[in-house]
Amino acid sequence: MNMIGMTAWTKSRYLPPVLLVAGLIVTAILPDTGLVNDYLQFVIVSVAINAILCVSLNLVNGWMGEFSVGHAGFMALGAYASAILTVKLFPAAPPALLFPVAVLIGGCVAGLAGIPVGILSFKTRGDYLAIITLAFLMIVKSGLENIPYTGGPRGLLGIPRLTTVAWAYFWCVVTFWVIRNLVYSKYGRGIAAIREDEVAAEAMGVNTRTAKLVAFVTSSFFAGVAGALFAHQLQFINPSAFDILKSTEILVMVYLGGVASLGGSLLGAGGVTILTQCLQPLGTWRMVVLPALLVLLMLFRPGGIMGYRDWNWLKPRISFRPRLEVKADAKQETIP
Amino acid sequence: MKYLAQQAINALQLGSIYALIALGYSMVYGVLTMINFAHGDVFMLGAFFCLLLIAIVPVPFWLALIVVMGATAVLGTLIERFAYRPLRNAPRVSAIITALGCGLVIQNTTLGISPYARPMPHLLDNVTYQFSGITITTLQIIIIGVSVGLMIVLDFLIRKTSFGMAMRAIASDRATVSLLGVPANQVIAVTFALGAALGGAAGLLYGMAYPVVSAAMGITVGWKAFVAAVIGGIGNMRGAVLGAFLLGAVEVMTVAVLPSTYRDLIAYSLLLLILIFKPHGLLGKPALHKA
Repeated sequence: MNMIGMTAWTKSRYLPPVLLVAGLIVTAILPDTGLVNDYLQFVIVSVAINAILCVSLNLVNGWMGEFSVGHAGFMALGAYASAILTVKLFPAAPPALLFPVAVLIGGCVAGLAGIPVGILSFKTRGDYLAIITLAFLMIVKSGLENIPYTGGPRGLLGIPRLTTVAWAYFWCVVTFWVIRNLVYSKYGRGIAAIREDEVAAEAMGVNTRTAKLVAFVTSSFFAGVAGALFAHQLQFINPSAFDILKSTEILVMVYLGGVASLGGSLLGAGGVTILTQCLQPLGTWRMVVLPALLVLLMLFRPGGIMGYRDWNWLKPRISFRPRLEVKADAKQETIP
Repeated sequence: MKYLAQQAINALQLGSIYALIALGYSMVYGVLTMINFAHGDVFMLGAFFCLLLIAIVPVPFWLALIVVMGATAVLGTLIERFAYRPLRNAPRVSAIITALGCGLVIQNTTLGISPYARPMPHLLDNVTYQFSGITITTLQIIIIGVSVGLMIVLDFLIRKTSFGMAMRAIASDRATVSLLGVPANQVIAVTFALGAALGGAAGLLYGMAYPVVSAAMGITVGWKAFVAAVIGGIGNMRGAVLGAFLLGAVEVMTVAVLPSTYRDLIAYSLLLLILIFKPHGLLGKPALHKA
């Protein structure tokens, strides 16, 4: 194959979907091949879940430039909503049918909870928005602790293990696809404009309220999806799994990988997941490393590894067609 | 009536501890417009310093109070110097993230050293007095007395001394004040030291009143004080004290009516409600410039 043929082949618009479907097939047959053991599968699924969490938080914290610490709260809502479906309401339903529905409903519950937080963000920002998301997280956590139906502080046990590598891969791809299309769309430009200067964005005609609401609801929806996958991976959830430390873990991924970057989110999620697995022997001291890493990052490289940049293959292809077609017979405006 | 009076004393006790911590949050916010999330953990370390001190030398209460306040003041200045000062001109979000990270580092380091909650030894002879059916202990009198005393000293410092004037000036415009020859960095460092010392004192008092000390205290109690500071209007000293006593009263009432597990739920819901209707707290003033 000559060079020109090669380039044409790699630039083909059919390559990404083919690769993605191939990835799905590979991840679907991976557990049966015996090439990867259970532990490795667990790590791969964790990376995928964390990537979903990371890129969805990045939408609010990176592209929109706000500071939300409530991501673990949305995750908790998704986890509990889906686990209630699979454990309490329809334990007998066929998992192949129930699981996608449960994950979707988990996402929707979290997304609904994102609406009030988004509305509150209309008027408050910066420190006060951080406080609101913190209060949201605490309310979700202590609310769940007081619901006997889901086991209170002891948590919900006996969740079926339905999160396979293929499902994790599938939702991860969906999340990246949706968020990529969102941030490179008109809404996404609006969200980034809010980060740079909210007043100026408003003056330039960005509907900041819609943009904020879209960002918060999308972000929390995918946090809920990740929570649902997380619950069906660990088979056990309790309210204290979704505390401020969980939020911090996601924050470390976002700020390590890079703010406002899809590739950065992938790198951050992978890096932090593998790092926490390697630090497992440290026990409690492991929880010192992550926050310390966060502080050092802020001091020395606040943008993360690839902040505000992205790999070209993750960006949508932009065809530079003129937006306004100039009619051939249109008369030239003359300046008087 | 007696029951109410008894609960009021409990509320005063809790409120005055909250107030001491909340003042630290509020002072730093007033000067730097930055949420010092690590302050709750400085409070927690105050209690641990006291534990450590008593384990080494059995000292009387007053000495322990002074030593603990000194130690936390040094800690507060160190955090300011090495974690916050390099970020003075960075985006505000970086500073919040750093503060959150610092707090978690302190908390988890303490957790690594002392994984279990520890009992606090008695520093004082606790005598119970009866006033027409209402019981009040020496400890409660000392806690309320020391807190109110420290608050009065702080109020005097802020309103009447040149340091306080510098602090208030920095709060309103740091750049101009620096140009006029006020050593802004020193004043900020002293503000952190004062806030941390108050937090340390609160840690010691809390340890004496509820005699169990654990690493999670920074979040369970320290952040509650932060809620109090926000309710009162963060940045405003009197607001912080008002918010603290209000929150103390609400929590004591919650525990009297509902199971104690509802404390956090009620406290943080109150915070959200107040932020919705009074976005800058009860006594806070809206910021002059937007973001």
